[in-house]
Amino acid sequence: MEATEAAPRRTPRPEVATRTESASEHKVKLEVRNLDFFYGRFHALKSISMDVPERRVTAFIGPSGCGKSTLLRVFNRMYSLYPEQRAEGEVIMDGENLLTTKRDVSLIRAKIGMVFQKPTPFPMSIYDNIAFGVRLFERLNKRDMDERVEWALHKAALWDEVKDILTRSGHSLSGGQQQRLCIARGIAVKPQILLLDEPTSALDPISTAKIEELVDELKREFTIVIVTHNMQQAARVSDFTAYMYLGELIEFDVTDTVFIKPKMKQTEDYITGRFG
Amino acid sequence: MSEIDASNPVYRRRKLVNRVMLSVSALALVFGLIWLTWILATLLYEGGAALLRAGLYYQMTPPPGLDGGLANAIAGSLLLVVIGTLIGTPIGVLAGTYLAEYGRRGWLASATRFLNDVLLSAPSIVIGLFVYSVYVARVGHFSGWAGSMALGLLVIPVVVRTTDDMLKLVPSSLREAAAALGCPTWKMILQVSYRAARTGILTGILLAVARISGETAPLLFTALNNQFWSLNMNAPVSNLPVVIFQFAMSPYQDWQRLAWGGATLITIAVLFLNIVARVLFKKAQ
Amino acid sequence: MSAVPVSIHGVDNQTNIAVTEYGRPPPRTRSSARLDAAFEWLTRGFAILVFSLLAAILVSLVLGSTLTLDKYGLSFIWRREWDPVRESFGALVPIYGTLVTSLIAMIIGIPVSFGIALFLTELAPGWLKRPLGTAIELLAAIPSIIYGMWGLFVLSPIIQSNVQPFLIDLFGNVPILGKLFEGPPLGIGMMTAGLILSIMVIPFITAVMRDVFELVPSMLKESAYGLGATTWEVVFRVVLPYTKVGVVGGIMLGLGRALGETMAVTFVIGNAHELSASLMAPGNSIASALANEFTEAVGDAYLSALFELGLILFVITTIVLALSKLLLLRLSRQEGARA
Repeated sequence: MEATEAAPRRTPRPEVATRTESASEHKVKLEVRNLDFFYGRFHALKSISMDVPERRVTAFIGPSGCGKSTLLRVFNRMYSLYPEQRAEGEVIMDGENLLTTKRDVSLIRAKIGMVFQKPTPFPMSIYDNIAFGVRLFERLNKRDMDERVEWALHKAALWDEVKDILTRSGHSLSGGQQQRLCIARGIAVKPQILLLDEPTSALDPISTAKIEELVDELKREFTIVIVTHNMQQAARVSDFTAYMYLGELIEFDVTDTVFIKPKMKQTEDYITGRFG
Repeated sequence: MSEIDASNPVYRRRKLVNRVMLSVSALALVFGLIWLTWILATLLYEGGAALLRAGLYYQMTPPPGLDGGLANAIAGSLLLVVIGTLIGTPIGVLAGTYLAEYGRRGWLASATRFLNDVLLSAPSIVIGLFVYSVYVARVGHFSGWAGSMALGLLVIPVVVRTTDDMLKLVPSSLREAAAALGCPTWKMILQVSYRAARTGILTGILLAVARISGETAPLLFTALNNQFWSLNMNAPVSNLPVVIFQFAMSPYQDWQRLAWGGATLITIAVLFLNIVARVLFKKAQ
Repeated sequence: MSAVPVSIHGVDNQTNIAVTEYGRPPPRTRSSARLDAAFEWLTRGFAILVFSLLAAILVSLVLGSTLTLDKYGLSFIWRREWDPVRESFGALVPIYGTLVTSLIAMIIGIPVSFGIALFLTELAPGWLKRPLGTAIELLAAIPSIIYGMWGLFVLSPIIQSNVQPFLIDLFGNVPILGKLFEGPPLGIGMMTAGLILSIMVIPFITAVMRDVFELVPSMLKESAYGLGATTWEVVFRVVLPYTKVGVVGGIMLGLGRALGETMAVTFVIGNAHELSASLMAPGNSIASALANEFTEAVGDAYLSALFELGLILFVITTIVLALSKLLLLRLSRQEGARA
């Protein structure tokens, strides 16, 4: 299958011209400067610097253990839940360093949504799952909340499938639907950035394709960062790609460049499957 | 988005609720710990002095007004606990062995496990009633044997549970290695499984001993009590818990003093056994 | 390699060359197989013994109470009289006392246990978790009679002189609630018994809650934190609903223990054959009635009545404990399936 190709083939999508623009001539949503990350004494991320462009899809790829998920989880300060994990450096969004800000971390997390590898519906109805995040910060009357829930489910391409069963438990949906529910839940609070941590790794190919379509749609409104161990997915879905290895950022560029004409030999070795 | 910042009223109320609830939970912890320290402090204060008196350990329980100690009660308790443990442990270990080693197929194992756990938390006074009706009523008198039987019945569920759990922790690779050498099952259990789990099983036995050392209710109508020194298991045997019960509920000051002494003694023994069991268990990990 | 068949020992049939004997595993001797079966039957026998204990206890209690079972039938449960002289008995008062003290224990114990479990799982720093957890577990190790003595000599006087007068002042004139706090402050009584019971059940409920809270997958909690939820919200809205089956199981375990608790209650409940709406009144529980009266009981009818009390207690606690176990089993099966 993939063994015969040097680089994964991509279906050209003429209507999305943004794919070929260079990384530097784009508005930046998140600036990472000299980020170091430690699990206890283990130095997991080494001096990472990158600019995550606004309203584009950025993919983090690399072999297991390279730190891509770790980096993702720095962005929404998820590591703050665990005392032995710490980050040093700068992650700047809207002029504020998220790592050292005095503001309450839950305010930050409200602006940055995250979807995990396995679907995590809360033990409540579909409607309440979506409303949960919204209720944290907004007091909406029933009609406005209904609208918001419907909007979020539309955006996640799930509305038609669940509009009649909103009171049923989130668990009653299939895996792919549950994951779209989690995406809807993350979108409902209108975040500025959406972080996707291997969102399709637990799903079947059809659900995976649906979610990849979704990501393409969503990037019109949200900045998306997606971690994936599936190179082909990165090539299909992203505008920019970051290749990481053993905690270092090896190359960050427009996706086409990274996959077709990578600047670093290490990147090329990974892309061509010389090591996994 | 300017709505999601520190001045958002929904956010502020939630933050307040969070702070209040977390403080309440800390208070709950303090609530629990206060009782513990208060009880232990009371025991040391009221009974501590009595424990330092040598007479406590060699004088017999006295009639009210006279000088005395708890020697017969202490001896009786030791006797009842030891024999009760000797009765209950083999039954518990063997039954627990069945559950862990042979119990994979069939319904007997899971049903026994279920009922055993119910028995574990059953009221101990009912156990006393049981032993009374099947033994004491038959032989016509209270006795140390009846008391030990009741204590043994309390030991069984604890030991069954811990033996079952500990044996289940023995990795199957160990068993398979023995079987691959042609070792028969009974030998494998005795020489491999038991050896691997021995610390855990011992911990279970210690916990069971700690449990029965303080039990009063099952002894109330089995071993009863004995004012004098007697190690005759065929007759009522003196024991600390029932003596404490009798002395504490009495109006006599010196009896109450002795009761406190006995209470402190039991608590020290029980806590000591518990801590030893825990330390042993940690070391085995 | 030649295709010539070679026998395992002795001489090669075709070439007459002596072939070395390969070692064989010693054949399983008869006695070894018999020992295996014997050992299995030995352990099985004891398992059957344990299995039948509960039933045996039930049977012996029923046999012991045939006199009163025959005489009163079901009405024993609501008969209020307890007169050994006239040999007229009824379980209403002890049942009432058992239920009321256990209810008080649950009302106080459940929220406190939840608070402690919350603290230990979400708030306590790593190094503090083990010692604090152990301290709470030690509450379970303290023998019941110790709680009884301490309750009688230390807690009751304080309740009598401070708490009860305060409650009488506070609720005395309130229309319905005031009934709960009527009567002279005695210190001993159902309120004190309920309070002590609550302290005794806290470690059990807390332990189960802690265990089930830790079963919640961290990805689920992180999803909630990721939306900006506070710690309380994560526990109350995500952890608790996720573990509710287990939490109820833990509560029922505490209830089962409270119902059967003897010595602590006996010391402080007052041993009075009284049925009163007031929590401050003395009363009786099934266990305390048994503890106080069994050895003095004279006459078959008296004994039978006491046995029947024991039967009622046994049946109630067995049902509650079995329910608890069923719920906890269901939770672990649910978790196993999810994994």
